[in-house]
Amino acid sequence: MATDGLHENETLATLKSEAESLKGKLEEERAKLHDVELHQVAERVEALGQFVMKTRRTLKGHGNKVLCMDWCKDKRRIVSSSQDGKVIVWDSFTTNKEHAVTMPCTWVMACAYAPSGCAIACGGLDNKCSVYPLTFDKNESMAAKKKSVAMHTNYLSACSFTNSDMQILTASGDGTCALWDVESGQLLQSFHGHGADVLCLDLAPSETGNTFVSGGCDKKSMVWDMRSGQCVQAFETHESDVNSVRYYPSGDAFASGSDDATCRLYDLRADREVAIYSKESIIFGASSVDFSLSGRLLFAGYNDYTINVWDVLKGARVSILFGHENRVSTLRVSPDGTAFCSGSWDHTLRVWA
Amino acid sequence: MSSGASLYALQRLVEQLKLEAGVERIKVSQAAAELQQYCMQNACKDALLVGVPAGSNPFREPRSCALL
Repeated sequence: MATDGLHENETLATLKSEAESLKGKLEEERAKLHDVELHQVAERVEALGQFVMKTRRTLKGHGNKVLCMDWCKDKRRIVSSSQDGKVIVWDSFTTNKEHAVTMPCTWVMACAYAPSGCAIACGGLDNKCSVYPLTFDKNESMAAKKKSVAMHTNYLSACSFTNSDMQILTASGDGTCALWDVESGQLLQSFHGHGADVLCLDLAPSETGNTFVSGGCDKKSMVWDMRSGQCVQAFETHESDVNSVRYYPSGDAFASGSDDATCRLYDLRADREVAIYSKESIIFGASSVDFSLSGRLLFAGYNDYTINVWDVLKGARVSILFGHENRVSTLRVSPDGTAFCSGSWDHTLRVWA
Repeated sequence: MSSGASLYALQRLVEQLKLEAGVERIKVSQAAAELQQYCMQNACKDALLVGVPAGSNPFREPRSCALL
């Protein structure tokens, strides 16, 4: 009664101060090991020369903003999705469209290629993630074979198959991530912890084990154990929404791009941010990031229509790529690292090499 | 009711923070050295970094034009 209310208030206050002191202790522990900056360690590394990277292919066909893209493991096919509800599979060598499907919703914010190359997944404002087997049979419509796998209570912002066609990981505006069985549509694990919309996710390279990283509107990047559903590490150094997260190829670190106009590198074993990629002249948000094969270069697409190429070790920008006529919304390096593809609100995708 | 919910949320937060505080960490100098080493070891395979012999990057190959 009255005394219970008082007791609860005391407990709330105690817990709050315990949380504050734990946060302080976490910062202290992290700071103790912060003995040097990454770019200092990299001082003796040879600086990178001039880069000649140009648009080698332009994929035209979407009727509205391109929101997401993914490469097929065959290093040539690309799936892309758009605000107009269309999902297209392209052969990036020839620029031919091989498949197209119209979703029942607009703003298809997420799409992914299955590891086998035989299916794609996509979703957006429909709050679902659906899987479409790819068929070359002209008598079969792709839409007929559609399988609804994931159901969220808000928009789907990102999706990715795991190591096989059998499981999909999703991120949603409902603040959660989830792991689903494709065949049965069953929810295998859910990941709660973000305080706002989750905007992006990336799976750790398979050698590193069962973890993934997610970024959200709560400015946090969180690393999750896929089996337990537990958040194992969290980082909150960005000053605005985290739009994109991508693992460093060794799996020991990840980069993030944010509306605060910076990209940052977090080392998982040092458990802290180890580099910031920013310039005073860059004032627009970074929407999408990916590493080159060796991890030396970080490609980042921005809302000012450009792509900046960063030297990951030295922290310096090595190139700016112009070409898109509106925001760059999505960017992925090809599976063998020979090229990267960017998608934009200018309705096109460009392959750069 | 609402205080019950925030009590639960705070308890979870405290548990989560204890978990994160207990993570084993290495020094940034060591972590940075290993990131650098990975870059150096794989640089030669990184086509976007070092380029590849002419003709072996399918995107850089000149595309044939058919003259009609």
